[in-house]
Order: sequence, then C-alpha cells, then structure tokens
Amino acid sequence: MSVASQDTAVSTGRITRMLIYLILLLFALFYLLPLYVMGVNSVKPLSEITGGNMMALPQEWTLDPWRSAWSTAQIGVQATGLKPYFLTSILMVVPAVVISTMIGAINGYILTKWRFKGDTIIFGLMLFSCFIPFQIVLIPMARVLGILGLAGSVPGLILVHVVYGLGFSTLYFRNYYAAFPTELVRAAQIDGAGFFRIFWRIMLPVSGPITVVCVIWQFTNIWNDFLFGASFGGTTQPMTVALNNLVQSSTGVKEYNVHFAAAILAAIPTLIVYIVAGRYFVRGLMAGSVKG
Amino acid sequence: MGFLDIRNVTKSYGAVEVLHRVDIAVDEGEFLVLVGPSGCGKSTLLNMIAGLESISGGEIAIKDRVVNGVHPSKRNIAMVFQSYALYPNMTVGQNITFGLEMHGTPRPERDRALAEVAKLLQIDHLLDRKPGQLSGGQRQRVAMGRALVRDPDVFLFDEPLSNLDAKLRVDMRTEIKKLHHKLKRTIVYVTHDQIEAMTLSTRIAVMNKGYVQQLGTPKEIYDSPANLFVATFMGSPAMNIIPAKLVVENGRALAEITDAGGKPLRLGFGAGNYSAWEGREILLGIRPEAITDPEGADRNSHNVQPLHNMVTVTEPAGADTFVTMVLSGKDVIARMRADAAVHPHQPFDFAVNMEKAVAFDPKTGDRIQA
Ligand SMILES: Nc1ncnc2c1ncn2[C@@H]1O[C@H](COP(=O)(O)OP(=O)(O)OP(=O)(O)O)[C@@H](O)[C@H]1O
Ligand SMILES: [Mg+2]
Repeated sequence: MSVASQDTAVSTGRITRMLIYLILLLFALFYLLPLYVMGVNSVKPLSEITGGNMMALPQEWTLDPWRSAWSTAQIGVQATGLKPYFLTSILMVVPAVVISTMIGAINGYILTKWRFKGDTIIFGLMLFSCFIPFQIVLIPMARVLGILGLAGSVPGLILVHVVYGLGFSTLYFRNYYAAFPTELVRAAQIDGAGFFRIFWRIMLPVSGPITVVCVIWQFTNIWNDFLFGASFGGTTQPMTVALNNLVQSSTGVKEYNVHFAAAILAAIPTLIVYIVAGRYFVRGLMAGSVKG
Repeated sequence: MGFLDIRNVTKSYGAVEVLHRVDIAVDEGEFLVLVGPSGCGKSTLLNMIAGLESISGGEIAIKDRVVNGVHPSKRNIAMVFQSYALYPNMTVGQNITFGLEMHGTPRPERDRALAEVAKLLQIDHLLDRKPGQLSGGQRQRVAMGRALVRDPDVFLFDEPLSNLDAKLRVDMRTEIKKLHHKLKRTIVYVTHDQIEAMTLSTRIAVMNKGYVQQLGTPKEIYDSPANLFVATFMGSPAMNIIPAKLVVENGRALAEITDAGGKPLRLGFGAGNYSAWEGREILLGIRPEAITDPEGADRNSHNVQPLHNMVTVTEPAGADTFVTMVLSGKDVIARMRADAAVHPHQPFDFAVNMEKAVAFDPKTGDRIQA
C-alpha cells in the first residue's frame, strides 16, 4: 500500500514538474519577446518595419540603425547620437555607485560595531529616507544644488544619487554586518588594529556578496533614473533623458529601427552588471568563511 | 600588591549594577579561574580586564600600572574568545601574526615567532589553511596561538573549551594545563564548568549575581565552601544539604537528623566549638564521596561514623556507584566503589566521614565557622 502510494507520488511529481517547466518556459518566452522584437528590428532598414511584419527576421541585415543611434541621431537640437549622453551616464553612475556603496559600508560598520547613543534613531531616519518619493525632494534638492553651485552638472547628479542611495546602501550593510560576529572586531582591537584597519582588513574582505547586491541595486537605479536626470541634468543629461528626447522628437520621420537600437544601448550596461556581478554573487564569496 | 590587581571594581549598565565591588589580586604565574552560573558577570569582568568594556568604578592595574583608560592593544594582554574569533579571510599564519603586524614587528621576527608557536601547539602543517578548513580543536589551537605569539603579561580566556565536544574538551583542558606549567604565565580563565575550574586553576573565584562569593585555592573552595552557593555549585554530584538540629552532648557537637523511617540519628562533628548553635536548626553539608560503605571509608580520617539507613536507588556509573537514600526527608547521594555490595530497597550500613562535613546557617546560607 505504502509502496503503491509512493509510486504515484513520484509519477505525479514528475508530471507536475514537467508542467511547471512548461509554464516557466512559456513565461520566459513571453518576457523575452520584447527583447526579440527590439533586437530584430534594430538590424532592419526602416522600410521593412513600416511596410511589414514586426516579428519577421530582417530580409536585409544592417547595422546602420546602431551607428546612427550611437553617433549621428538627432537628439534635441543636435545630431550627436547617444554617445555623449552615454558618457555622461557613465561619469555619473560609476562615482555615485562607488561613493554610496563605500559610505553605506562604513555606515553599516559603525551602526553595528561602534554603537553609540542614539544610533538606532539615526538608522531609523536613514531607513525612512528609502521611502521618501523622488518628487518630494525635487525642489529642496534644486535649491541645495543651486547653493552649492552644482546645478546642471555631473557632480550635482552624483551628489543627488549618492544622497538618495545612502539609505539603501546603509540598510544593506547594516543588516549584513549585524550578523558578523562582534568578537572578531574585539579580537582585532586587542591585536591593535584601529577603526579603518579593522574595516579594511577584517570586514571588507568578507563583504563580497552584500557589495555585489548593493552595486547591482544602485547601478540599475541610478542608470535608469529619469526624473533626477531630467530635473537636474541641465545640459549634461544622462542616457535615459537623451533616449526619451530621441524617441519623443516630433520632427522628421520616426526611425523605429534607430529607436530600438538606442533603447538596447541604454539597457546594455545594466544587463552587463546583472550578468557579470550576478554570477559572481551566486558563486558566493562567503564559502566557509564566517560561519562554522 | 599583585601582578594583576582588580580593586573594588564595579560595572553598571545604566542604572543596573551587574558587578559589585570585585576585589581580586592575582600573582604572577597564577591561573585564576572565574566560575559561576550564566549571567553572573564573568565575561563582563574579563572584558573589563581586556579593555573591551569600560570600568564603572574602582580600578584595574597590570604590573602596578592602572589601565582603566588604556586601549586594549596597549595593555599587553591577549584574549582567547569562546567563538575563537579567527579572521575568516586570513590564513592560520596570518591570523596568528596579525597582532604582531599591527604592532609593527618586522617580518623576519614575525615569522620566527610564528614558527615557534606553531611548533609548540603542533599546528605547523595548518599554517596556510583558512579557519573554515579547520576542525573545532584545530581552531582552538590557532586561537591560543594567536594569544601566545604576542607574549603578553596576562592571558585572558573566555570559555575557550565550551564549543568542543566532551572528549576534545578534556584533552584540550590537559593541554592548557601543560602549557601553563611550561610557560608559567599569568592566566585569567572564565568558565561555567566547575570541573574545568577545579582542574586548571591555582585559585578560583566563584561568582554569583555579580558578587565574588569566594576566592581561594581549589582545595579551599571544595573543602571549606564559604556558603551554600559555593558548596552546591562546586562538585558533581552536588554536596548533600541536609536539614539538621545541632545538639551538644558531653561537650561534643552533633547534628541530629532523621533516617528514611523518620527515626532520629546523630552524627558527631569533629573538633570545633558549636556551642553558640546549641539547639538551633542548621544545614549539614556532606559531599557524596564522604558517604561510603565502611570498607571504602577514608582511612586517614579521624572521624568516620556509622549510619544505618534504607537504600532508595543504586546507579552504577562504571568507576563509581551512586547510592540514593533519604535523610531528614531529603534525597542524599553517596558515592561508592563500584563493587560495594549495596542493593536498592534494603538497609545498608554506611560510613560517613564527618571530618569533611560542614554546617551552614539556614537563614543566611553562610558557613558556620567552628
Ligand atoms: N550591554 C549590556 N547591557 C545591559 N546588561 C548587560 C549588558 N551586557 C551584559 N549585561 C548583563 O550583565 C550580566 C553579566 O553578563 P556576562 O556576559 O558577564 O555574564 P557571564 O557570566 O559571562 O554569563 P555566561 O556564562 O552566560 O557567558 C548579565 O546579567 C547580563 O544580562
Ligand atoms: Mg560569558
């Protein structure tokens, strides 16, 4: 009896699993469809798109839309392509991610290992900052940037994103370091290591996973941000704003193939971060270090 | 004036005082064990010596230098933590020499010190491994190596063996003792295991609820406990505490108790003047090994007295047999030779070594000094 029921359990298990895989596969295809459409249409001449099937593979393969999107497309008033904006985005994202992650790590380190009176209140306030909608800070932020003389510049954008990202990066690192044994910090103190030495030699080397999580989060958020870029970018606008200008421009014919190529260009950095860092994360830097 | 002086030290967290006027002077080369139940303040005191916790009152001096405000790394102490606290990202070698590196010791000297310690602890072959690749006992050795390599004035151990399994714990205990014999360094060692305390220490401080209950050699603590807490905390099985009445007969003090059937029995104390307690209730303390069969009685004792009583249970435990009986309505345990001919539910002639018996004031719990 028990054997029989076990048998059916196994076979239903197999069928269920196949069903699950099938459904997952369908979902995956469904989600990949837009990417397919974008990819296929970005390597077609415009005439093939306007005159025919969006789903079909190109009859004539061409990289012209990509070239155009990158260096010659009309964005706003100038025909510069996305290149300068891409550069702006990189110049903004990299420092903003590095700075907010570093400060978040140090904050987390202090809030867990160098506790002081009122530290939970400070952490609570920082946590609260994660829930403030962007729109609310726009006007005060514009004023602050104006006073600092950073309005409409890349450093201004970096500052905005660092300030906004700190809440999250602090939260990540605080929670991660809370599980890190305090005895290690005490041992290092007895060994004669100071505040930064302990951070650098003891804490950071085991912070790989949370750093990756934090970097992925900050990078995608900052790269994809539109509101701050449009509000404070001035003439140095990031990629997202430029993409919008390109796609929304009302003059001339709508070059869909160029738009598709531009959209992919705008998404590539975040994709790369996910693929590279995500794998790094899964592999797990922690393997048998703190625990046990 | 000792090598390590703890003078009237108190510790408060906010309004709560968790350590009350602790006063201990430790001589050079001593092995002081702080023992007590969980939460009694052992680790707090150790951390205060290390400089990891601030001192709320009193002072701590190492080699006559008051270290109250001195940073942990400048006190010339080394600590072994319960969790070992090995740096997970460093190899064993780097773990051991990290402290030397932080103190600016040049590389060749570090390597020499490492080699010496590794040899002493027999961990030469592990130096390139990460802590994650070590067994519990090996981690324990590395943690000790990290302390030894610094050549500190005082070693501090916070329950270093409590994460090990029973057998390894006994082995490491012996090793620590050997190490102390060899190096003759001053050690303060925290444990809640009274056997560890007895075997390792040259002196024990028994603590409870933030007070040092008694400070003395293992023998003093075991044979002359200052109060009921010390008497029952140290020793396994615990000392039997039997309600009794003190009577004086022909100038000799006797403890009057009742046997399993409720019949009165008298056990005479040896020397000592108990006249102030005549006719009053006391608590009689007798260690299990002081109650035996007549053949197993201590031959050097001048005061072994017979006791005829019913046996409730016998529990053979290999080397010993534990025998339970009822005296004055309380279960009393006797520890006998394995081959003692004792059987449950039968009367037996016990021998009580009253030389080792102690008496306590039932109200205060303090030992009655006689
Ligand atoms: N940061 C703190 N704030 C308030 N009370 C504390 C703090 N740290 C410790 N205590 C209290 O101080 C007392 C002593 O703690 P301690 O850690 O020294 O105990 P212990 O004897 O080492 O116990 P164990 O055997 O469990 O390690 C405990 O009652 C504990 O609750
Ligand atoms: Mg403790």
